[in-house]
Amino acid sequence: MPLYHTEDQAMLKDSVAPFLADNAPVKHLRTLRDSKDATGFSRDLWKQFAEMGLNGILIPEAEGGLGLGHVEAGIVLEEIGRNLTPSPFLTTAVAAVEALKGGSAALRGAWFPKIVSGDAVIALAIDEGRKHRPEAIAMKAERAGNGFKLDGAKTFVLNGHVADMVLVAARTGGSAGETAGLTLFAVPRDAAGVSVTTDLMVDSSLASRLSFDGVQVDADAVVGEVDAGWAVLSRLLNAGRIGSAAETLGVGTGAMDMTFDYLKQRKQFGKVIGEFQALQHRAAHLYAEMETARSAVLKAQQLLDAGADNAELMVSVAKAKAGLATNLSVREGVQMHGGIGMTDEYDIGLYMKRDRALAEFMGDVNFHADRVAKLNGY
Amino acid sequence: MAELESFRAEIRAWLEENCPAEMRKPVRGDEDVCWGGRNCEFQSEAQKKWLERCAAKGYTVPDWPKPYGGAGLSTAETKIFREEMAAIKARSPLNSFGIWMLGPALLKFGTEEQKVHYLNQIARGEIRWCQGYSEPGSGSDLVSLQTFGEDKGDHWVVNGSKIWTSYANKADWIFCLVRTNKEDKYRGISFLLFDMTSPGVSTKPILLISGASPFCETFFDNVEVPKAQIVGELNRGWDVAKFLLGHEREMISGMGGDGGIASLGALYKDVLEHDALLRAEMALFDVESLAYRAHGERFMDEWKSGRAHPAYSNLMKYVGTELNKRRHELVMAAGGTEALEWESQRTNEGGKPRAWLRTKANSIEGGTSEVMLNVVSKRILEMPGG
Repeated sequence: MPLYHTEDQAMLKDSVAPFLADNAPVKHLRTLRDSKDATGFSRDLWKQFAEMGLNGILIPEAEGGLGLGHVEAGIVLEEIGRNLTPSPFLTTAVAAVEALKGGSAALRGAWFPKIVSGDAVIALAIDEGRKHRPEAIAMKAERAGNGFKLDGAKTFVLNGHVADMVLVAARTGGSAGETAGLTLFAVPRDAAGVSVTTDLMVDSSLASRLSFDGVQVDADAVVGEVDAGWAVLSRLLNAGRIGSAAETLGVGTGAMDMTFDYLKQRKQFGKVIGEFQALQHRAAHLYAEMETARSAVLKAQQLLDAGADNAELMVSVAKAKAGLATNLSVREGVQMHGGIGMTDEYDIGLYMKRDRALAEFMGDVNFHADRVAKLNGY
Repeated sequence: MAELESFRAEIRAWLEENCPAEMRKPVRGDEDVCWGGRNCEFQSEAQKKWLERCAAKGYTVPDWPKPYGGAGLSTAETKIFREEMAAIKARSPLNSFGIWMLGPALLKFGTEEQKVHYLNQIARGEIRWCQGYSEPGSGSDLVSLQTFGEDKGDHWVVNGSKIWTSYANKADWIFCLVRTNKEDKYRGISFLLFDMTSPGVSTKPILLISGASPFCETFFDNVEVPKAQIVGELNRGWDVAKFLLGHEREMISGMGGDGGIASLGALYKDVLEHDALLRAEMALFDVESLAYRAHGERFMDEWKSGRAHPAYSNLMKYVGTELNKRRHELVMAAGGTEALEWESQRTNEGGKPRAWLRTKANSIEGGTSEVMLNVVSKRILEMPGG
């Protein structure tokens, strides 16, 4: 398969890109931010996503979705990134859907229709500390009644305050640091014993800390197998990581394009500053970095869609490389914009903030470079 | 798709039967590389057989048309061919500037007669070519070149000198940029082909920091070149030269390739266990290297299908060569004092330090990194200014 978008994929991009540019440009984020919107995203937009079929992009056709893959989901996410659009798409329609695909028919039947129609938001409760370390999950789930009792706390749960359901990774066996003994649960957010505190983050997103105090769930809340939840969790993580890599790519590309436009307009010393070689070389280097990242992301998406053995390795390569390139893009962006790059009025700073937050989502550059090393045996 | 799969099976079977076991071992150094040519000394019977068998099928240049010595494979078939070659770690049957650089230029600009004559020779590895571009006073500013061809009716008389001519002392023929009009800088250059045994041609190898002498100074003293040996139009050689540079940059960008090694860090596990910082650097390098592998694949797919920006090979050359330099810095760091040994048998006569030093030329030859960034900035990003 050639490593570029097929005609169908190019058509998807051609419909999603103008849709988001028209309906959810950076101004949309500003409106939500400035009105201190309690939801943090637009439910109308989420419904529009549903009408376009996007929410079911990864759900099999037989279950009401579009039956497409990570390349297509990535096309949507890249545009979300480019427009800094607040959306539960990544957590709900990508990561959660992939996990639920490994779950029971009952769970899929309960959630897929609501996801497709835009009536459900799903949050992911994975992280427990300030850094993403899924193996280190310590939260306990003990057998109780005909199900399990959950005790512990989770952090950095995006959309946790408005989610209808939360996918919670907890330990039914083994000890922190082991992948065995983990189990994934589908927990209604309004279950008794779940409490939520929500923080406004640097990028104006809302992230919650969830506390589980003897939360009782039935056995059918288990997604995948008890003690062997690493399998579904890996599906979730792969999808979330490559999805966030695609979104990161969009953030980096958006910042880059904006910066290049600025270089072609801004005059100093009687010249457009883009005429200065000192800036031209940095611009060309940045472009080369973003292009390399783009290739890595697309390769990982294709490998995941093909179910290839080395997909996980490439997902980490993609998340790391997209992170490196985009971080360069936003830093160069602010610097090259000069003084106005520091103002709230200009968008470039918002890209810097979004990159910082996305970097922490499901593992930063160091986490994924370390993972590449481990997968390569050192 | 079914047709492609049966093609894959056919190639796999052919390779299985025809690629000698010895030609599936990693290349240890230049001595394992076959460059062909009149004075070719095959290192082994297997190397000779491998070239002959590939040449007979057109597999030295699989995507060239059959009348010119190729196998006439489509883009998709060529990709499959290369994948199957890589799968059994088959060595390239023939390394050749004729294949990588002159060939594509002839395919685009050559006359039918030139194509049939020169391309078949290249495909069979009969003639080894070198490239006469840079001059002592014309490096990055190549278009200022001074080597002059005086019009003598049915031939030119060429005088001047070239530098950094790769393997000029081993080459049979040269493709050479020669000024044929002193009034017009860009439209005063012609692209000439001539025999290195022509009277008046001499070469002098240049000793490099790596201890090797792959590059030469090449001198032309009243060298007669028949008029039929021009490629493209008179005084329009710069068009040919630029097109060819695109291919050269594509070729050099391939040097950033990992030679099938998916992880450099995995080769130095024992060292990295005791050096957390080097491990981190290696891990980040492996990220870059695997990303670049994907990038090379995407570039080739886009290039072959006409989707890539025409100046994109400049970007690839920049990224690939800078990455390769980084790779060899890490090899030296991981190799420690052992990688300092210059002549010892156990280090394959200083293979690592010599290769490390050789890589420093990557970002100079075929256009410096700085020139590549200029081109990317102006042609792809369309930054303003002259």
